[in-house]
Amino acid sequence: MFAPLLSSKLMIVLIFGTLFGLILGVLPGLGPTTGGALILPFTMTLDPLSAIVLLTAIYCSATYGGAITAVLINTPGTPAAAATCLDGYPLAQKGEAGRALGMATVSSTIGGIFSVIVLVFFAPLLAQLAYEFGQPEYFALAIFGLTMLASIGEGSPIKNLIAGAFGILISTIGKDFMTSIERFTYGVNELSEGIGFIPVVVGLFAISEMLTQSTLLDQIFKRVALKAVKLPSLTDYKKTWKTILRSSGIGSFIGVLPAEGGTVASLIGYSEAKRWSKNPEEFGKGSVEGIAGAEAANNAATGGAMVPTLALGIPGSATTAVILTGLIIHGVRPGPDLFREQPDFLYGIFGSMLIANILFFIFGFFGAKIFARITLVPNRLLWPMIFAVSVCGTYSLSQSMLDVWIMLFFGVIGFFMRRYGFSVVPVIIGLILGELVEGTLRQSLVIFEGNWLMFLTRPIVVIFFILSLIALIFPLLRKKKI
Amino acid sequence: MNNVQKQKRANKSLPFFFKDEFKVFFIIISISIILLISTFTFDIVPPILNRGIQPATFPKGLLVLIIILISIVYYLSFKKPWEIKKKLPKSFFLTIIGFILFAIISKTLDFFLAISILSIFVSFCWGEKRIFYLVLVSIIFPIIVFIFFETILGLRFPPGIITNIYYQV
Repeated sequence: MFAPLLSSKLMIVLIFGTLFGLILGVLPGLGPTTGGALILPFTMTLDPLSAIVLLTAIYCSATYGGAITAVLINTPGTPAAAATCLDGYPLAQKGEAGRALGMATVSSTIGGIFSVIVLVFFAPLLAQLAYEFGQPEYFALAIFGLTMLASIGEGSPIKNLIAGAFGILISTIGKDFMTSIERFTYGVNELSEGIGFIPVVVGLFAISEMLTQSTLLDQIFKRVALKAVKLPSLTDYKKTWKTILRSSGIGSFIGVLPAEGGTVASLIGYSEAKRWSKNPEEFGKGSVEGIAGAEAANNAATGGAMVPTLALGIPGSATTAVILTGLIIHGVRPGPDLFREQPDFLYGIFGSMLIANILFFIFGFFGAKIFARITLVPNRLLWPMIFAVSVCGTYSLSQSMLDVWIMLFFGVIGFFMRRYGFSVVPVIIGLILGELVEGTLRQSLVIFEGNWLMFLTRPIVVIFFILSLIALIFPLLRKKKI
Repeated sequence: MNNVQKQKRANKSLPFFFKDEFKVFFIIISISIILLISTFTFDIVPPILNRGIQPATFPKGLLVLIIILISIVYYLSFKKPWEIKKKLPKSFFLTIIGFILFAIISKTLDFFLAISILSIFVSFCWGEKRIFYLVLVSIIFPIIVFIFFETILGLRFPPGIITNIYYQV
């Protein structure tokens, strides 16, 4: 597994990616998705394996990095660390910030490694299963992915569906890939090629976050002092090992489903930790089990989310959508053929994720104090700099100012979407799945000679449709949250 | 009185067209209808070249789906009104003005000058008054970014009064 990584260049990329990911994770508002999108243009100077190693290292370490800010300033560095605040900060306020961060670091590492094992075993199995898939099955799978995203994502399922449909609609802009008929181009030649993924991602994540930060200038963060990160004691291990294993399993499973993997996983991991705990009354007051439950789950979601990304070419989260884009722009087509034709490449990815988990343990353990200082950079300096990098990064992809305008436009759209409770993640997933959904639908109709009912003659399609229906109806009945 | 009741009472005092629920519904419905109408202007493929469905059919279906779903969201908001949002602060509108300035300057004068002006404008409006830091974000950092993209990625930035000096045009 590690053979493809035995080069000094790849190790440097891996170390840089892990450090950069930690910085992204620590800074509230940034995170693995925005960071991955911003660094994507730079990966063009690298070979495909180095590029994906860089992106996966950022993914793993940024997911953990969010915990540092959650524990020390009660603000999740990434959305996936929101549940960590609930017990991490109260424990830090009691003067045990080192213990809280130690538990977060250990459980994140175990969760991350567990999920890589899941990835190594399940991704090839899923890829093998995918050999049986034809166009109708891929269509049904993409629909299932989108409905799962709507149902287990954050916020209202109907609003998530609207956002997903909006994402697919964006993917239809430009020349129709089957007939070359122009759609929604309104005479703008540059739109014929469609709207790029990166300007939309950078707009929806980085620029909309900049606008969000502009509304939060009066917020004052109080940082708890940190002396050193402490490894959990034997008593803490005894108290939390079951929680860590359970949350690792939950996180890996949730990660496989297309959704905001880490965020949902950490919330479920946390609530399950509370449900099974002998001391549920301690939750919210600085329970180490709470920290372990949330952190093991969110890092376990990273490997889980890579399973459908690599095996089927369907992203399991917004960050894996960025990684998928990275694979595609480097000429690597994820799916069953990748497992047969480029096993070394895949082992490189698996190995790099495993090493990234170990590296962030080391950097987090010895460097959390330094990373915590990054939170002191004021937003009034940080965000103009992020704007400069966003604009140049977006422009660099096709050297087109239209991409910059698209980025700004989606920045404003993203701000208002978030303000009114529409998640931006389904837009990203919809955008990346759009071509697959439309292409497989149309090719299926060609196979079925235009008879829509023929979909129901394929057992796998029927199973996916039933699961999609359950995914749609279940949360509406359960939460009634609109 | 629970929060939902409080919300309902607060919302009742506003005419329906001032409520966030209606504004969001109205904007999404209007844009969707305009786009739906525009799909009728797409070229039609002759049956022999048609692959499954016409190119306009798929976007039409999506737009109808969005219209149905937003109507459901609006209908359900009668039962459970949305949380009333705080008014947007001045700093938000100043940031938007910064974006507009960026667009105008990059289009008429220079791409990097536009980044510098946006950076100093936003940083100042967000509360930074120290000259050194203003210079750092508006001049030093954009120069580093420029050199990095120019030399490492071999990128050629759009022409402008400052960029042309660098390229010796």
